Amino acid sequence: MTAHPYMPNSTPDLERALLDAVGAPDVESLFSQIPAAHRLKGELELPPALVSEAALRRHMVDMLARNADCERNLSFLGGGIWQHHVPAICDEVVRRSEFLTPVWGTPSSDHGRNQAWFEFTSQLAELIGMDFVGLPVYSWGCAAGHAVRMAARLTGRSHVLVPDTISPERLAVIRTYCGAAELPGQIEIEFIGHDAVTGGVDVGDLERRLSARTAAVLFDNPSFLGGIEQRAVQLAALARSHGAETIVGVDPLSLGILAPPCDYGADIVVGSTQPLGVHMSCGGGAGGFIATRDDPRYAREYPTLLLSISETVAGEHGFGMALFEQTSYGSREEGNDWTGNSVYLWAVANAVYLSLMGPEGFAEVGRLIIARSHYAARRLAEIDGVRVVFPEGFFKEFVVDFGGSGKRVAEVNSGLRDRGIFGGKDLSNDFPEFGQSALYCVTEVHTQADLDRLASAVAEVVA
Amino acid sequence: MKLRRYHAAVWDEPLVLEMGAPGRRGVVFGEAEPDIVSVVGDSEALVPDGMLRAAPPVLPELSEPEVLRHYLHLSQETLGMMGVSLFGTCTMKYNPRLATELAERPEIAELHPDQADETLQGVLELVHGLDLILRGVSGMDAFVFQPGGGAHAAYTHAVIARAYHAARGELGERDEVVTTIQAHPCNSATAAAAGFKIVTLPLEENGYPSLAALEAAVSERTASLMVGNPDDMGIYNPEIDKWVEIVHDAGGLCFYDHANFNGVMGKIKARELGFDACMYMLHKTFGAPKGGGGPAVGAYGCTEELARFLPEPVVVRDGDRYRLDRDRPDSVGKVREFWGNVPQLVYAYTWSRAMGAEGIRQAAEISVLANNYMEKRLLAIRGVTKSHPHLTAPRLEMTRYSLEAVERDTGITVFDVQNRMVDFGIDAFWLSHEPWLVPQPFTPEAGEMWSKEDIDEWIDVLAHVVDEAYADPEVVRTAPHNQAIRRLGATDLNDPAQWATTWRAHIRKQRTGAGIADPA
Repeated sequence: MTAHPYMPNSTPDLERALLDAVGAPDVESLFSQIPAAHRLKGELELPPALVSEAALRRHMVDMLARNADCERNLSFLGGGIWQHHVPAICDEVVRRSEFLTPVWGTPSSDHGRNQAWFEFTSQLAELIGMDFVGLPVYSWGCAAGHAVRMAARLTGRSHVLVPDTISPERLAVIRTYCGAAELPGQIEIEFIGHDAVTGGVDVGDLERRLSARTAAVLFDNPSFLGGIEQRAVQLAALARSHGAETIVGVDPLSLGILAPPCDYGADIVVGSTQPLGVHMSCGGGAGGFIATRDDPRYAREYPTLLLSISETVAGEHGFGMALFEQTSYGSREEGNDWTGNSVYLWAVANAVYLSLMGPEGFAEVGRLIIARSHYAARRLAEIDGVRVVFPEGFFKEFVVDFGGSGKRVAEVNSGLRDRGIFGGKDLSNDFPEFGQSALYCVTEVHTQADLDRLASAVAEVVA
Repeated sequence: MKLRRYHAAVWDEPLVLEMGAPGRRGVVFGEAEPDIVSVVGDSEALVPDGMLRAAPPVLPELSEPEVLRHYLHLSQETLGMMGVSLFGTCTMKYNPRLATELAERPEIAELHPDQADETLQGVLELVHGLDLILRGVSGMDAFVFQPGGGAHAAYTHAVIARAYHAARGELGERDEVVTTIQAHPCNSATAAAAGFKIVTLPLEENGYPSLAALEAAVSERTASLMVGNPDDMGIYNPEIDKWVEIVHDAGGLCFYDHANFNGVMGKIKARELGFDACMYMLHKTFGAPKGGGGPAVGAYGCTEELARFLPEPVVVRDGDRYRLDRDRPDSVGKVREFWGNVPQLVYAYTWSRAMGAEGIRQAAEISVLANNYMEKRLLAIRGVTKSHPHLTAPRLEMTRYSLEAVERDTGITVFDVQNRMVDFGIDAFWLSHEPWLVPQPFTPEAGEMWSKEDIDEWIDVLAHVVDEAYADPEVVRTAPHNQAIRRLGATDLNDPAQWATTWRAHIRKQRTGAGIADPA
């Protein structure tokens, strides 16, 4: 039998040598713990093995060729995963086997990886203006879910207010994290209305709904619909005046041009790490973070691993885990929620990205995105039957209403796809109040020529 | 035996926040096109009043080659799997670099999860193909890949158990999850986070809890059993099928945490043992890389009866087309945005196809054989014992050992031994999850990717370090000596005045000499 390339001990001679050393007659005898009745009935039914890498590669490449991607097509999809430029060295660094494959190590032996993680938390801290940052969690929605649970523990309350414009995808995750009515500890979600002109949170409605039961007010900035929250200071102040925590979700890539959440009173900041040097990968680029002030009150509620800078016996910088006992690894069900594998490799990509960007990179990309997104919105708004629902005050995403054209979003997107364009995310099911609307996302990867092409194609399709 | 003259790269690499010079740029985007500026005007004027960033973030200013070399230095200061890593419970695997290359192609990397199904046929076929492969190895009826790790898959089960009992109108009364002290902590932690009370069974003489203890714990309040088998000591519970019957008879669900699948792949199927659901870690057993802790996938599979509760969307095949089924009224909703860490699915599919049924079965056999080979040699080392020594049947893919005698004789702990083994290029071994049932525990796992020479090298290093512990304990106690940095000092990272999870907090605490007083 041919030895398998992934298995160095798969030669008959080595099997015999190992069996002889063990003193076992055959491999089967080593499975004597498993009762015969438990053993597999029949063979595994799997597709045939493709041991030849050449054959396997051919099979995979042929299969993947049936995808149409956002590089060969022009895409305006966003809404939680966004097409941003990924600098080449982000890929070069995360594909290094030292970073790709390690499991855990010691503070000394995996020091370089730990330092990269600390450079992620430290640089993110500068961007968002918070000085306590956990190691990453699975996604923005998961970060928001944990943050809501932190707020409930902090306040002893069980009610959270969220805008009715929240991302349906993230809301579904938060709902799961908030528990079930039949079991203890459920956190109730209540919606706050939005301002019909700006799309922002309706401050009056928030004020009416805040109460002594409110654990937290959660809002995103920019919002799921793209708008920059203009009354963030008031929202946070209102929450505080009712003893509630303010949880703000941010797109970190917006923070070269937009005020950081610490400036308007956020207590817990969450968000996505995907815009910081991670490919979309069909949603596989998702990652999230949780950050607060460096205050033990908050620190002791984190579910995440917390990497702290420290010092070696020789006075060098080193890194170790802080507050490990409060995690599920340290205290099982007594810990804060749970922790486990997350998206730590992407934290390395994030660190590289943040190092490349510097203050001016963030400012520049912020200026570029906001200019191009507004240009796209204005070009689209010029088309008969097409309306931009909130025409001012957004960052990279905006809502486009095709209702006036008599076309459904699905029809528009189908027509665009025929022209090599992926139109915006269809909102008509999740937000019926906006009619036949779609969420368009424009980033630094879109040139003016791309945006002009979009406008021409939309004009053709809705005509 | 001749040990390697290993020494880690030592770069004394500064923190990136201390590097750079004002005005340097690592990436440039340029400004908007003149036509755009003429239409929209000044970018900053597009930001609503009061929401413009006032002061730029205090980030380092570096050129591209500096950033690259900095992170290459950090990569070289990371031992990881560059040497031999037999980290038990995690099944260190070969990660096919073919998959690395494939996942980087735009056909994966530049896909958006909200693209129309017709533009995603390749990746949907891959996901469906992996679903079928995992159905094949488990006997389950459907798999989803949304959970971002093994713990997240355990959480998914707890959430599905909630929905299942709620649909039957019994959730209010069924508020307990039964697990064992040897189950991974994520089972009890995630069930508790989902709102359940936890009942934890202790081990008995045979290395697993007794049927009597289980029967006493299970009742009409039992929502689910959540267990692994074999456990981290390599002990297989031969009564597991009876456990499932007992829990089912009481109306509870049974979840098989298959984190330790490597030794039983192709030998048992979760469904044939009666389980309702199971979980595989694609970043362990199925060839996706560990990445220092993800991105990972906890592939969650279940029976047809539970499938209606699965998180959505679910990939389904209609004839020769594939689509994302989002219209699932009984679904629990979502545990994470989108439909999974797709690059890791590319690895798992690639690995599974490269192995095939025969390769997967052979990998289990090689893993168990290698573990028993290790056990023979390790128990010959002075001061090394194993858990439950009276159990003589061969362990499966790992064995839990103890250095209690070494610690008693020399004062050298398992942490010291970890720190000394890395001086020879050997990645730190796994100890044990909490609580330690065995004093001074360590848990290596050979798996199928390490050669006999690698395994012998690992054992030779441990034997050498134990010899040192008896002959020259100081060299072990002060280890490592050949690493990127020395061992950490006495800083108390649970002290608010001393911990710093960011550079800005560190600088502040250094400047003021203390952090915020801890009211607790």
